[in-house]
Amino acid sequence: MTGVVGIVLVSHSAQVAASVADLARRLAGAGDGVPVAAAGGTAEGGLGTSAERTVRAAHGVDRGAGVAVLVDIGSAVLTVKTLLAEGGELPEGTRLVDAPFVEGAVAAVVTAATGADLDAVAAAAEEAYGYRKV
Amino acid sequence: MPGPAGDGGAASAGRDDAHKGADVPRDADAVLDAEFFLRWMDALARAVDREAARLTELDAAIGDADHGANMRRGFAAVTAALGKDAPDTPGAVLMLTGRRLISTVGGASGPLYGTLLRRAGKALGDEAAVSRAQLAEALRAGTAAVARLGGAKAGDKTMLDALEPAAAALEESFAAARQAAEDGAAATVPMLARKGRASYLGERSIGHRDPGAASSALLIGTLEETAR
Repeated sequence: MTGVVGIVLVSHSAQVAASVADLARRLAGAGDGVPVAAAGGTAEGGLGTSAERTVRAAHGVDRGAGVAVLVDIGSAVLTVKTLLAEGGELPEGTRLVDAPFVEGAVAAVVTAATGADLDAVAAAAEEAYGYRKV
Repeated sequence: MPGPAGDGGAASAGRDDAHKGADVPRDADAVLDAEFFLRWMDALARAVDREAARLTELDAAIGDADHGANMRRGFAAVTAALGKDAPDTPGAVLMLTGRRLISTVGGASGPLYGTLLRRAGKALGDEAAVSRAQLAEALRAGTAAVARLGGAKAGDKTMLDALEPAAAALEESFAAARQAAEDGAAATVPMLARKGRASYLGERSIGHRDPGAASSALLIGTLEETAR
C-alpha cells in the first residue's frame, strides 16, 4: 500500500480528542502531512462516543495506507471494536491500536510522518506503554 | 398413496391440506413472527422510557449516571426506525434495532446491546417466524458475543449476570427466563464489579445493583410480557 497512514483519535470528550490531535500534530512537526482526525463526544455534544463521528473521521483520513484508531476508555473501545466486527463500516485497513491515548497518539503521528506503514505505526503507538516515567 | 377416487372428495381434500400445512414449517413451534418482535421492541422502548430515571440512579451509584438517558435516546431512535420501515422478519427487526443502538446510544450500552441484538438477529437468519427454542439459542449466541466484546464473564457484575441465566431458562419458558433475569440482576448487588467504570470503585461497588443487569432484566421482562 502506498500513501500515508491516517490516525483517528476517539475520546469521550470532544475537547480531549481535538486537543490530543493538536498536540500530536505539533509535537510531530507533521504539519498537514499526516491526516489526523478527532472523533470526540456524542453527536449531541455530550460526553460519550459517536459511532457516526468515528466512521466519518476514519473515512476522512483514509489515504489507502490504512487507518490507526486510538481510543480512550469504555464506550470508545467498545464502539470501535463493534464497528470493526460489523465490517463494512470503517475503511479497509482500519486497525484499533492498543496504546495509551496521549503518548500513543504522539508516537503514531511521528511514525506516520516518516512514511511508515500501518504495522510500524501501530507498533510505535503500542510501544508507548513501555515509556516509564519514574 | 392414491386415495379412493370420489369418496368424500371435499372432506378428504381438506384433511390433505391440513396435513400438508403442518408439514411445511421447519419447526411446528415457530410462532414468533416479525410482528411479535416489533411488539417486543415497542414494549422494551416504553419500559426503558418509564424506567430511565431508575437506571440512571443505579448508574449514579457506581457509574457515570447516564445509563437511563443513553438507553432512552437509543430506544427512541429504535422506535422511530422501526416505525418508519418495519422489517418483515424477526432477525431483521433485531438487526435494525441493534444498528440504531450502536449509532445513537453514545455510551458502552450502545455497542453492548447492539452486539447482543445484531448477533441474535443474525442467528435467526431470514426465517419468517421462529420458535422460543430458536430465540433462546439466538440470545445465547448474542450473549456470548457480548462476553467476547467486553471481555467479561458471569460474576463480574455486568449485564451478563442477567442475560446468561435468562437465555438458558428461555429453553424452559418465557416466565422462567424473566425470573432468571430478575434473579440474575438482583444477584449483582453483593458482587464486586470487575468491568467498566464501576470496577475502579473496587469494594465500594458492592451493595449496588448493576445498571446493565437491570436494563437486561427489562429486555427479558418485556419479552415475557409480549408472549403472554
